[in-house]
Amino acid sequence: MRPFAERLQAGDVLVGDGATGTMLLERVLDDGQAPEAATLSHPDVLTELARLYVEAGAEIVETNTFGGSPLKLALSRVEGTVDEVNRMAVAAARAGAGDRAYVAASCGPCGQLLEPHGDTAPAAVYDSFLHQMSVLLEAGVDCVFVETMTDLTEATLAIRAAKDVAADLPVAAMMTFDRTPRGFFTIMGVSVTKAAAGLADAGADAVGSNCGNGIEHMIDIAREFRRHTELPLIIQPNAGLPQTTDGGIVYDETPAFMADRARALVELGVAVIGGCCGTTPDHIRAIRTIVDELRS
Amino acid sequence: MKVLAELAQAVIDGNHARAGELTQQVIAQDVPPKTILDDGLIAGMNVVGERFRVHDIFLPDVLLAAKAMYAGMNHLQPLLIAEGIPLIGKVVIGTVRGDLHDIGKNLVGIMLRGAGFEVIDLGNDVSPEEMVQAAKEHGAPVIGMSALLTTTMPVMREVVERLRDDKLSTDIKTIVGGAPLTQAFADKIGATAYGFDAANAVDVVKRLSGLS
Repeated sequence: MRPFAERLQAGDVLVGDGATGTMLLERVLDDGQAPEAATLSHPDVLTELARLYVEAGAEIVETNTFGGSPLKLALSRVEGTVDEVNRMAVAAARAGAGDRAYVAASCGPCGQLLEPHGDTAPAAVYDSFLHQMSVLLEAGVDCVFVETMTDLTEATLAIRAAKDVAADLPVAAMMTFDRTPRGFFTIMGVSVTKAAAGLADAGADAVGSNCGNGIEHMIDIAREFRRHTELPLIIQPNAGLPQTTDGGIVYDETPAFMADRARALVELGVAVIGGCCGTTPDHIRAIRTIVDELRS
Repeated sequence: MKVLAELAQAVIDGNHARAGELTQQVIAQDVPPKTILDDGLIAGMNVVGERFRVHDIFLPDVLLAAKAMYAGMNHLQPLLIAEGIPLIGKVVIGTVRGDLHDIGKNLVGIMLRGAGFEVIDLGNDVSPEEMVQAAKEHGAPVIGMSALLTTTMPVMREVVERLRDDKLSTDIKTIVGGAPLTQAFADKIGATAYGFDAANAVDVVKRLSGLS
């Protein structure tokens, strides 16, 4: 495979994978259990998930390490060390991806509010990310996906930690925005304009958004990022917001719906299109088909 | 009173050092504690809550304002207790068992305190037993529950059922909230009410407490 960074620069459209957490919930997790617990108890399921996504057409699979930073892990009652949780997740994803897909290290928020709004010192957050990143890199990832960030300072600390571990490690950084009457903002009040500039300054190689309220919002968010940055864009929406039904929790955006709307993302020149909560191999297969159709 | 307006402004600005100083200053001037609370701290938080509601300011500003409010409350609380001045009501709040996401719950706590409630915050990962026990012990007529994870939402139903089994449903009302929640979910589990955001939660708690 060509290095991930080269593909980003080449103007290609890469298809990412879909959800990890919601897929694990359906399969192996108990209510309230952190997804990282599955890495220790069911690494084979992670490998199978990666394989399903690759077979559906994903060129990138993410590791099950969203909550694998020491600060976050300390909150989530997962047996096992930071090293085990991160190393085993990389190995499981790699076993499913083989040489057919890139393995991206997922890195989510630390679960603490940073000073001055909360009690956690930025230096402690940086150290926590640095520890996680060093394990992930040593275990052999191709790139890092910093995701679901709402605090720009925290996002930049994660990007810097990754770059400090290896300056040439490609880092994509995503934040999660809500639509307000005044435009898109994260819950911490970060606009797309500020995110685009701040993530780039910290050294991100691609910027964008994940999670959130469905793919239609994401088209508007992508358009706004495009206005404010020349960097490759990465967009990984939820399949809508979770709805509670008698049969359990469902996400209502179908593979066909998301794939149809993904056309607009391709037209905006988005470099990586994948899915977040509620998306499945079927969603990725449908998006793959549209991307191939538009790029042929 | 000018200094009370300044105190309200210190809360709005999220200046906790100044809010603490000004509260001590007005206490020293023998302004009644209830007036300091209503026209200083709560007046400031009302402005903060309204600006937050219209997306003029965001969570970080609210968190800083709350710190300023608490800086003032630390000086004021002993006087309110000594004079036997009750707050407008009591609420037990918590994030349900298995859920460690407490930003939403904290925000509701801030807004409730800012509206003059005594808030018994049980933190996150709270069991149904703890929720009900705390409401009984404190004589709180309302339990507020938050969940961010869809997997922890069923725990809310356990609280509602426990209250019903203990024949406490008339005395202790429940309000639920959190990103994945809806009015339909609240209805389905038999919760008394649903709060769609922090500002709305305050209005609903007031209604459940018979205050509006």
